[in-house]
This record gives sequence, C-alpha cells and structure tokens, in this order.
Amino acid sequence: MRELRRIESSLRELFESRAYGEVSTPAIEYSDVLAIGDERAMAGAYRFFDPTGNQLALRSDMTVPIARLAADRLDPGDAPHRLYYVGTAYRSVRPEQAQLREFRQAGVELIGSEAPGGTVEMIELLVAGLDAVGLSRAVVGLGDADLFRQLLDELGVEGLARDRILDRLAAHDLVAIEAEAGDLAGLGDRERELIVRLSSLRGGADVLGAAREIGGLAVERATSRLAGTYSALEASGVAARVQLDLGLLRDLDYYTGAILEVYDPALGQIIGGGGRYDALMGRYGRPQPAAGFALYVERVHIAQAEEERLAREGARR
Amino acid sequence: MNAAGVDVAHKRVSGEQMRMALPRGALFEGSLDLLDRAGFDTAEPRGDSRSLIFDLEGLTVITMRPSDVPTYVEAGAADLGITGKDVLAEQSNRSVYELADLGFGRCRMVLAAIAGDDSLERSASRLGFMRIATKYRRIAERYFESTGRQAEVIEVKGSVELAPLVGLADGIVDLVDTGRTMRENGLEEREQISVCTARLVANRVAHKLRVDEIDTMVERLREAAP
Repeated sequence: MRELRRIESSLRELFESRAYGEVSTPAIEYSDVLAIGDERAMAGAYRFFDPTGNQLALRSDMTVPIARLAADRLDPGDAPHRLYYVGTAYRSVRPEQAQLREFRQAGVELIGSEAPGGTVEMIELLVAGLDAVGLSRAVVGLGDADLFRQLLDELGVEGLARDRILDRLAAHDLVAIEAEAGDLAGLGDRERELIVRLSSLRGGADVLGAAREIGGLAVERATSRLAGTYSALEASGVAARVQLDLGLLRDLDYYTGAILEVYDPALGQIIGGGGRYDALMGRYGRPQPAAGFALYVERVHIAQAEEERLAREGARR
Repeated sequence: MNAAGVDVAHKRVSGEQMRMALPRGALFEGSLDLLDRAGFDTAEPRGDSRSLIFDLEGLTVITMRPSDVPTYVEAGAADLGITGKDVLAEQSNRSVYELADLGFGRCRMVLAAIAGDDSLERSASRLGFMRIATKYRRIAERYFESTGRQAEVIEVKGSVELAPLVGLADGIVDLVDTGRTMRENGLEEREQISVCTARLVANRVAHKLRVDEIDTMVERLREAAP
C-alpha cells in the first residue's frame, strides 16, 4: 500500500503544482446517466437496483462522471477548468485471468481548452507524470480517433460494415479487415490494403509523410491535426517521448480527435490512456472542448517494480 | 476491451531478443518450416530436446500448447506468436494483435453428426435444442446463436467423435483436416462453420515499442508464407 500511495501522492503533487484542482464524484451513479456519456462502456459496468427500483451502476471510468459534474456545476465563462482525480473505478472481469474488478486511476481533465493547445498541455503533463513516477522509458502513443471514421465515410462504408471494421481496427485484427472489408463493405483490394497500411504506421514525424502518400481527404485532415500537435510538442521538448500512431483506436465511444495510450517497455499492457472528448460535455447539455488522461495506478506500480528489476539485472551483468 | 477489468498479470515486453511463442502439435512443423524459409536455423527446436526455450540467431523461440499462445502473447511474455485461427476465435476475449494470415495449417471448423442419422434434426424439432459436444465451446455457441438455433453445448477435452456414438450428444463441432477420423467413426460433415489457418499475433505493447523489429519480422514471414 505504501508504494501505491507514493505513486498517487507524486501525481497529486504534480497536478497541484500545475494548478489542477482535485475533484471527486460518487462511485455509484444512475445507469442511464452514465450511458448518456458512453453507452458501450456500460456493457462492462456493474449494475444493480436500489430499493425503489432505480437502476444504478458503479463508475467504469472517471471521465464520464466528471464530464457530468462539470456540465452541471462549472461555469463555461471561467474556462478552462483544470481538474484532477485519484479514485477507484470498477469493471467486470474475465474469470481466471488475474484482472482487477476494482482499480485505481489517477488523471486529469482539461475542460474548455481546444485542440491543439489543450492537447499539448495534456501530453506535457502526462509525460511529466510518467517522470514523476519514475517511468522515464514510458512512451505516449498519439493517434486520431476520427481518422478511420472519416476515411470510411469517404469510402462510402456505412452501417453494420462500418461498425464491424472500426471494431476490428480497434482490436488491430488486420486479417479480419482484409477479409471483412471485402465481404461486408465490398471494398476493393486497393482500399483494403490502404486501411491495413495506414493502421500499421507508427513512429516519428516521418509517418505523417508516409500517410500523406496514401492520400485522401480524411488522411489529409487527420495528418494535419497530428502535425499541428506534434510540432507544438517538438517546441516544448517532449516530442521524443511521443510516438505518432495512425493505427491507434480506443474502444471508448466518446473520443474525438487526439487519442492517447501509454506504454512502458517493462509491461505488456497499456498503463494509461486518454484523448480529446469534444462532444462528451454536449451530451450532458453544455458543449465544451475537453481532453484528459488517466494512468492505471496498479499497472504503473507493476511497471515500476519491473523497471527496477530490469535495472538490477542490468547492473549485475 | 473496455468491457473487461484491468489486467495486472502482465510482464515485460522489453529485453534483448524478440520472443516468439510457437505451438507444439499440428502446427509445429509448419511453423518451423516457415521460420526456415525466413532464414532462421531451426535445427535445435526440431531435435528431441525436452527444452521449452530455444535461442535461434536473432529470435528466442518458446514452445507451448497452441491454446496457451494467446495467453503468453497477451501478457507480453512473448512479443509474437503463431497459433491457429481456431484458438484465436475460441479465445476472442484475449487482446492480441492479429497481424498476418500465414496460410499453412489449413483446417475447417464443422458441424458433424452420425452419417445417415437424423438425431440432430429430431432433437431440434422435438426438444427445441440440439446437444452438441465440442472442444470449442465459444465458437459453437456463437455459431448457433448467429444462425438462430438453440443448442446445449457440452464441453469435452478430447476425442469429440465419441460423443454422438454413445449418446452424449446429437452432433459435434470440431476442427477437421482430412476428415479421416470422422469418417472412420461413422460421422459426416453437415455444415462448415469457418476455415482456420495459422496466424501471426503480436503483443500490443511490443507492436508499439519494437516497431522496426516487428515490421521486419512480419515482412519476412509474409514473404516466406506458402
């Protein structure tokens, strides 16, 4: 517990020093209210009834409850609002696979600040957070949530086929994309190859050039959004910690534009994620641009332990 | 998936040499042949050593049951892995990246029943459901659900052909290669569910952090694939 607490307090200290204020929301919410924010996430939420028959749910992430709270309570006139949290979220698990039903998240939400400025502030803070918990080898993946949505629109793929392809892209199941883009969407060889090639592009600024060669309006839009963010990150000196990734897609519904994932070489799973959610606040009646990230505290803890072990082994050799 | 809880059983992706999980069993030979054609020397894993880990030049190979490959790759204990589509479809809740169809080990997932016997149809019409024995519980459940039929799926661990012969089930869902075992036990194929080949899978973090190594390997294996 002491080590977990230390991670949380390092992050708290950092967030406070950047003028972010702590917020807390209830763990239990009305199901319907959470579903407004992200209907798909509700599939993994624990739900139950109160004595009067209302359906309740345990929050499965922190962003949706905070967006609800911010829409309700914060004056857009005072934007941007800088909020942080350290709290517990709950998700159902696959049995016997060492998953946590209850887990800690530490993160921030920057509400009322547009792209690219808000996105850049977010990524800088995320990198500072990784340094604060000693994960100096961790890398932030930066992608664009609208790239494939707009590309499929451009290719005229809609309905079931569109959903299936986006779903397979999020899972990075390239074999299925090759097959299903043909079967379901009737796309030709060239289009399928293009989708697979795009989703495999990841690296430094050169991937934007490689993407532009593939062409198309959706690609042009996404790459110029990413290029804008990336050059600001270069100016602020954190670009070396950021990997552009055109194949990055998250399975949360509310992301628009920039999306983030956090990787540490000591761990086989992502240790955090985030992105812009410019449409989420509008679902709660008060549209505002916003972005945020969350670190999974338990995974950060494992990554720390692994990094230390690897360093010890390295020293012994 | 967001629908799943947060994993904590996960280990390193970094380290020196890339690790590839290979399936012992029917796909082992084909996997080693593929690595040979891609320029690796597989003499050691081909030998009769009881070792589970082999150091090839430029690649560490770890060997295991085919159905364990997604487990090791998802956790990052292996960066890459080769296993059958049947295994991946059965464990579709594992999040691994499926990078390439390697083409070999082609088999078919089928629904089969005793030749000339109508107990599948009889159970469906009289009981409202069919009793199906299988090693592939999820694939079978998904298939019947997607075709709008009720099935009572009974999971068995081996020799599935036995089940309809002694009245445990009306039919089976199983993987067939030549179909000889089925024929010799008096069963016949009724419906084809899918075609399964060997696939190359990757750990998602390794895919992001070892970009050049992974892309080069995918390229080499794709070119070497039959």
